[in-house]
Amino acid sequence: MIRLAGRLDAVGAAQAWSALKLPDPVQGVVVIDASDVSYCDGAGMALLTRLRLLGRQTGCDVRVTGLNDQIQSLMDSIDLNAYVVAPQSASHKILLTESVGRGVVGYLRGTLAAVSYVGELTYLLIRLARHPKTLRWRDWLRIVQASGLNALPIIVMIGFLLGLILAFQAAIPLRLFGADLYVASMVGVSIIRELGPLMTAIVLTGRSGSAFAAELGAMRVNEEIDALETFGIEPVRFLVVPRVLAGTLVAPILTLFANFSGLLGGLFVMLTLGFPNVVFWNQVRTYVTYVDLLEGLLKATAFGFLLSAVGCLRGLQAGRDAGAVGRAATRAVVSGIILIVIADGLFAVLLYCLRA
Amino acid sequence: MSSATDIMVEVKNLDAGYGDKAILRHISFSVHRGEVLAILGISGCGKSTLLKHMIGLHPPLAGQVLICGEEMATASGSERLRMLRHFGVTYQSGALFGTLSLLDNVRLPIEEFTSLPDAAIDLVARMKLDLVGLRAYADYLPAEVSGGMRKRAAMARAMALDPEILFLDEPSAGLDPVTSSGLDALILRLSDALGMTFVVVTHELASIHAIADRVVFLDREAQGVLAIGTPAELRMQTAHPRVKRFFARAAEEVLEERKG
Repeated sequence: MIRLAGRLDAVGAAQAWSALKLPDPVQGVVVIDASDVSYCDGAGMALLTRLRLLGRQTGCDVRVTGLNDQIQSLMDSIDLNAYVVAPQSASHKILLTESVGRGVVGYLRGTLAAVSYVGELTYLLIRLARHPKTLRWRDWLRIVQASGLNALPIIVMIGFLLGLILAFQAAIPLRLFGADLYVASMVGVSIIRELGPLMTAIVLTGRSGSAFAAELGAMRVNEEIDALETFGIEPVRFLVVPRVLAGTLVAPILTLFANFSGLLGGLFVMLTLGFPNVVFWNQVRTYVTYVDLLEGLLKATAFGFLLSAVGCLRGLQAGRDAGAVGRAATRAVVSGIILIVIADGLFAVLLYCLRA
Repeated sequence: MSSATDIMVEVKNLDAGYGDKAILRHISFSVHRGEVLAILGISGCGKSTLLKHMIGLHPPLAGQVLICGEEMATASGSERLRMLRHFGVTYQSGALFGTLSLLDNVRLPIEEFTSLPDAAIDLVARMKLDLVGLRAYADYLPAEVSGGMRKRAAMARAMALDPEILFLDEPSAGLDPVTSSGLDALILRLSDALGMTFVVVTHELASIHAIADRVVFLDREAQGVLAIGTPAELRMQTAHPRVKRFFARAAEEVLEERKG
């Protein structure tokens, strides 16, 4: 027989849990005398239930006596069958091949969805060119302001920093060869051809790409997208096209600003090295051509399109739970950056072949 | 619309669900012009799923849904657009467009689908808001008004193009009894004055008794319709225990025990 006394609460149950063992049954019965228990709550009930289950396993009948009526009736209402742990069925081990297969299928499905989305988007953009009135201009300008104008300070700041760091780091080795004059041209070419567009696109992805995903994701969670569909207003036309248009237009313009502030950063370093202003701009003008600038802006336009399109896609694909918006924004940034990097590589090859 | 067609919505042998999993099977009922039909059942029985199938957001797994005699699932793009004109939908959360004012929310469908001049659109939208008692709040954003007002604004938006049928998904969810009965009164007024047909998904007993002409009772275990009839019929004479329990609010059994 087991005698329990005192408070059968979380503290008491914790102490007793592992220590308690069922004694040998007398004629198949084990009695637990709980008449000195002053208080019993959920944890206490769990302890008593465990003892009863243990009794079941060893084939004896565990009876609890001395509890007050209410607790007793609660105990009686517990269906022990619900708490019997079934023997671990041979767990379905997921083979590596199966998980790889599932991953590939999931990836292909995602690619298919993306392809059909790009098709729909392209069709709608062309249709917009023919029927400009279908765009809600006032809403569009608000989007342009948010994604473009408001991004100007951070773009200019990062551009300046980039030019500064690049010039400074380059000056150190080039000085050894007395070639620090060429810092100017190096900064000019790097920024205008590559870093200006790339850096602008990455900042825009973090800023606008995730914002688009979050906006559309929140609308998905709030059933606003369902509401649009039941009105017969296609979400891609109404929500995505304005944002993609804004992103595509804004990216090259911001890149121009980034380029200029990057050059200013380089200029700053050159001035501290003792070179006059004029020398810097001469070097830049000599080594950087208008073709370089155009290539950079072309890249920027493509990046802008990609990051806005994928940002909106991730937003539309958001789930309906609380974490969905955050996940959509994260996916937008990751996908956006990956696409930009791939596009940058493709452009490098393409432009090289065009020049040759 | 031909006056011979008295049946506005017809559900024929519908299997409703997502993917390959059917939540409801062999659902059949019809909604007549001018009536208020309530779709009820306990939480999780598939009411909202059924509604999504009826408004064309999901194609049926089997069976058909006919709006004014035509099937939406097999319709082409432009036909579908025309069929969408027949009905309006309000969602559980209101689903108003957050960046637009209440007035602009109501204006949106009118701007998109009619070529009325701007002044006319403005007037029509304000009249719709007036109909639901929100004329003074036309320029407020959805986040700036209460939940009950959002629901009313959503109804105004759903009615913007004067549809013949209105689908309401849990209109009283989260509302206090006073606001909820105000919404019920509005539904009755619109039904009487404009002859609109209402399909209301709900589990609020008070609303059902106040507004419903007929009730479709869905059941999770049976995965189908347990009963169709007037609220009085379902409460009194029906044989099925689960329906009776719903109407009698089974919690009363527990309350009885405590008293006794």
